Amino acid sequence: MGPLTIVFARCLQAIPTVFGIVVVTFLLTRALPGDPAAYFAGASATAESIAEIRAKLGLDQSLPVQFWTYLKDLSSGDLGQSISTGQPVAAELLRRLPASLELTLTALLLSVAIAIPLGVLAAVRQDSWIDQLCRLVVTAGVSLPTFFTGLLLIYVLYFLLGLAPAPLGRLDLLHVTPPQVTGFLVLDALIAREWATAWSAARQLALPSITLALFTLAPLARMTRAAMLQALASEYLRTARAAGLSRGRVLMVYAFRNALLPIVTTLGMVFSFSLGANVLVEKVFAWPGIGSYALEALVVSDYAAVQGFVLSMAVLFVLVNLAIDIVYTLIDPRMRIEG
Amino acid sequence: MIQPLHNPPLLAVRDLCVEFATRRGPVTAVRAVSLQVAKGETLGVVGESGSGKSVTSYAVMRILDRAGRIVSGAIEFGGINLNGADEPTMSDLRGREISMIFQNPRAALNPIRPVGKQIEDVLIRHAQATHDQARAKAIAALEHVRIRHAAQRYHAYPFELSGGMCQRVVIAIALACRPQLLIADEPTTGLDVTTQRAVMELVRDLTRSDGMSTLLITHDLGLAGEYCDRIVVMEQGQVVEQQDTRALFTTPAHPYTQRLIRSTPHAARTIRDLLPEDLRLPQPPAASPAGTGTPLLEVRNLVKVFDPPGGLLQRLKSRGKSAAGTFRAVDGISFGITRGESVGLVGESGCGKSTTSAMIMRLLDATSGSILFKGQELTAVPAGEFARSPLRRELQMVFQDPHESLNPRATAAQAIADPLLRLDGMSGAAQIRARVERLAAQVGLPLDLLDRLPHQLSGGQKARVGIARAIATHPELLILDEPTAALDVSVQAVVLNLLSDLRAEFGMSYLFVSHDLEVVRLMCKRVIVMRAGRMVEEGLTEQVLSAPEADYTKELLAAIPRPAHLLHRVSHTKVARA
Amino acid sequence: MADAAFTPPLARISPPRSAFTRSFAHFRYVMTSNPITFLAFLLLAGMIVIAAFGPALVPHDPLATLADKALKPPSAQHWFGTDQLGRDVFSRVIIATRLDMLISVSAVAMSFACGATLGAFAGYWGGWFDRLSGRVLDTIMAFPLFVLAMGIVAAAGNTIQNIVIATAIINLPFYARVARAEVSIRRNAGYVQAARLSGNSEFRILLLKILPNTLPPMMVQLSLNMGWAILNAAGLSFIGLGVRPPTAEWGIMVAEGANYIVSGEWWLALFPGAALMLAVFTFNLLGDGLRDLVDPQRRT
Repeated sequence: MGPLTIVFARCLQAIPTVFGIVVVTFLLTRALPGDPAAYFAGASATAESIAEIRAKLGLDQSLPVQFWTYLKDLSSGDLGQSISTGQPVAAELLRRLPASLELTLTALLLSVAIAIPLGVLAAVRQDSWIDQLCRLVVTAGVSLPTFFTGLLLIYVLYFLLGLAPAPLGRLDLLHVTPPQVTGFLVLDALIAREWATAWSAARQLALPSITLALFTLAPLARMTRAAMLQALASEYLRTARAAGLSRGRVLMVYAFRNALLPIVTTLGMVFSFSLGANVLVEKVFAWPGIGSYALEALVVSDYAAVQGFVLSMAVLFVLVNLAIDIVYTLIDPRMRIEG
Repeated sequence: MIQPLHNPPLLAVRDLCVEFATRRGPVTAVRAVSLQVAKGETLGVVGESGSGKSVTSYAVMRILDRAGRIVSGAIEFGGINLNGADEPTMSDLRGREISMIFQNPRAALNPIRPVGKQIEDVLIRHAQATHDQARAKAIAALEHVRIRHAAQRYHAYPFELSGGMCQRVVIAIALACRPQLLIADEPTTGLDVTTQRAVMELVRDLTRSDGMSTLLITHDLGLAGEYCDRIVVMEQGQVVEQQDTRALFTTPAHPYTQRLIRSTPHAARTIRDLLPEDLRLPQPPAASPAGTGTPLLEVRNLVKVFDPPGGLLQRLKSRGKSAAGTFRAVDGISFGITRGESVGLVGESGCGKSTTSAMIMRLLDATSGSILFKGQELTAVPAGEFARSPLRRELQMVFQDPHESLNPRATAAQAIADPLLRLDGMSGAAQIRARVERLAAQVGLPLDLLDRLPHQLSGGQKARVGIARAIATHPELLILDEPTAALDVSVQAVVLNLLSDLRAEFGMSYLFVSHDLEVVRLMCKRVIVMRAGRMVEEGLTEQVLSAPEADYTKELLAAIPRPAHLLHRVSHTKVARA
Repeated sequence: MADAAFTPPLARISPPRSAFTRSFAHFRYVMTSNPITFLAFLLLAGMIVIAAFGPALVPHDPLATLADKALKPPSAQHWFGTDQLGRDVFSRVIIATRLDMLISVSAVAMSFACGATLGAFAGYWGGWFDRLSGRVLDTIMAFPLFVLAMGIVAAAGNTIQNIVIATAIINLPFYARVARAEVSIRRNAGYVQAARLSGNSEFRILLLKILPNTLPPMMVQLSLNMGWAILNAAGLSFIGLGVRPPTAEWGIMVAEGANYIVSGEWWLALFPGAALMLAVFTFNLLGDGLRDLVDPQRRT
């Protein structure tokens, strides 16, 4: 099978998953105890407004009919209206998505850049100080609640040392938001050549992304170390050593490339975790992403918004998994024959 | 014949000691081992598991794992002391001057790198090729190990190649730089006998044509006897004897060597010959239970078809392609076993012999065909419900891997008591204990081991537990599925004798499944040879082995490693060598 | 019995020890051979004691508000200081142990029981049930799990009970997957085939021969998930779901304290956060020890 066929096959395989997600998000609102119309109407609704909404949303019809309507709305990109802002949910989510993505991707990049070298070194120099450091990072990382790390960092770096700016969003009030190109403020400011703005945005981004990175560091470093150790103990590595291959080649081409397979898989898990942790970090740092949006919606029981948030997060995750699957297939020839 | 003493040795190991750090302190794996390999010589290092033979070779290569350490001794190779050499020097020598091939060839290759690239890596590392020539040279190396369509195979990944093919690639990597010494660590273990022969002949031809020396590490004395000029015998980390191959077989000096040679089935005329004289029991009285010779089991047209793996989509796709994905593991075989008879079922891996025995044992449902046991149709009851059948206690089995066939959480006594509780409906702890102790005594298991867990028992002891469990309900038919394949030869000798005595004592019938024709010769009166799910030959063992009719049987027989020095001792089986 | 004469005397001298003595000896062996495991069990015991007797141990009423004592830093009288309403933070941290443990233990117990059963059946019998359950689990795993838990709690109603259910649901796939994998590799193991030959029914084999052997990996999963479940539940209450003020719970206490971090009142968030961390840390350490305890191969 050629690479294109594989990519296509993987995309086809993602379709049932997306369908499952749509079914679950639909069921979450319609099949659970409680009156969905009341949720959709919001906290301050009267009996009449609820009845009106029920009719308007088609909740008086049978479940399959409702599901069909839901599917039709989804296919036209309609996630419903937010009751608190009156705006279409899809538009609001799209507007806030770049902020969340900027945070998540920066954090992920940061943690990959630290975790993988750390895990590799820990495995290569087993029981050395770097291995102990890795062990410490891993144990601390899985035990620290994200929101707590964030608060600690704020207290130390903002309140005590004054190094970090106030944890109040993406940009302080002194700077004007640069024209949107990528939606990532730091990049946009750089493109617009507004260096001061870029610096300010980067300073704002630093603490939340470090918080998130600390959280994702642990599983990645642990898996890197374990996968590397397994590869180092493998029989093919012994063959490579017995053939006199140089240490660098043995480590990089023989051990690391094989270790990469489980690492890539873990990356998917880590992404899932960080999408969840994002919500917490956004709350701590008042980051105006979709997590904050969902939290505002939760407070006022704005259900269309919450539903839209859950759905879009899941779809985002499916896309990431799809990308990871494709990367995996390209690295591992064994995956290519299983259709 | 090379006279090693007249040439300066290529490799000289003197007083080598290797230690392993374990949780309970250091353990000496190799103690004061000395051996020499002359130029062009093939030296065999023979020993059972735990004898330290592989560790010795890893020490020579200086590729012991982290826990291992050379404590003392000298390893001289072409005038260089390898024990004192630094890592860059060693790395230069490995693959260029000393190479190594391993057992389990598929795992020995990088799973995600094309095999051709793996050969290139070695060529480029040792400056045998530039990047431009590397590919052509790698293909030439593949051709050198007699791989056909080498240019296409260059791109293949290990998982796309058979085990024998993978071992050829490993050999190609090892020989790419024409080293002076090749260390072969159990190179054929796990391969089928026919593949085994092809691989060994390849190694012999290639090393001879280039005048290389070979260090062959093996547990198989027959293999060493056929391919080696001299043999070193190791036991528990020590060299007990080293001699010219012929002298070793004709006049073994050390008692351990004598026992090892004796336990190797090639030489034995009867099953008793496998045991040392002091352990030999009197021949049991010939079994003559009531009804000997009447049919017990009748298998007719037995077929097992496995569905292709995969989900709905794959099955929909393969539908209409005339069952392209299905696999006929057993393809219409018929045979019978009479009371008190022992029948051998022989074939290489994947020939369907294990599937056949699983169907007869009612562990697996047949696709079609019939299995008559004492006149009753076994296939009438689905395998999933056979546990409740009254015939369950009549059909029992001894499994291939004694360790894997014991529940890690159950003691030996619990394992033996299980069938008594479930099939004989016994109750009362004291009564059961007494019965278990009697069974243990019958299979020669010391009673103080009965309360141990499997991991606290040795391989032979676990085999005895498995046998005691199988005979607990006095079955009429016992299937022995490669019962000694996982055991060392000396343990195998004892277990085979035990099985043979038990059959005489209880008048059981055996279906003895094995890949080892020599063992079948000693254990069975009749033999069935299987290949690709079909029977290729059936008859009296003596007849089939001395005058095989089917080409496949001839091939199998020819593939058995058989040192020339032993041939006179097995003259009663006039084996046609290919 | 004639064979008795050949029995080595050893077997007669030492009578078989009772199962309890043996288990206790093994427990002691595991504890002494690994000090970290010992520490973890010590911490766990401490947490259980605090959860059980917390209300009797606390020096102050965790709900009593004293306006004049609001936001006081740690002192001899208030070890962990007081919060914005003048409540004693130490007492609240202690009291919260029970609720937090209850939430995570019941959530993990639920998902362990359901997940292991589901996975074991799927792994043993395969077929349509395996495919169906696999689909459902895949769909759960297709969501970022914390986000799914948010959605479930938001939809099913904002109660502690629903926090437990949501946490159980998002943890379920982990157990089911481990159980399925561990059961299916053993489905045709030698000793399982032997048990079939010994006349055990399929159900009996699954229950008595296979499941006990899957315990070691399940135990590691259990302790890892326990820590994760605590983090999840605390995360949910941190964002205002489930537990409502003035109930003492670590997550919500950190959330309340968060507002005072920027003005330097660190003790409000630090102590409940540290308690949370310690609990998760304990369970993470516990994993290997639990595996050693249930693994017969570790016995000597």
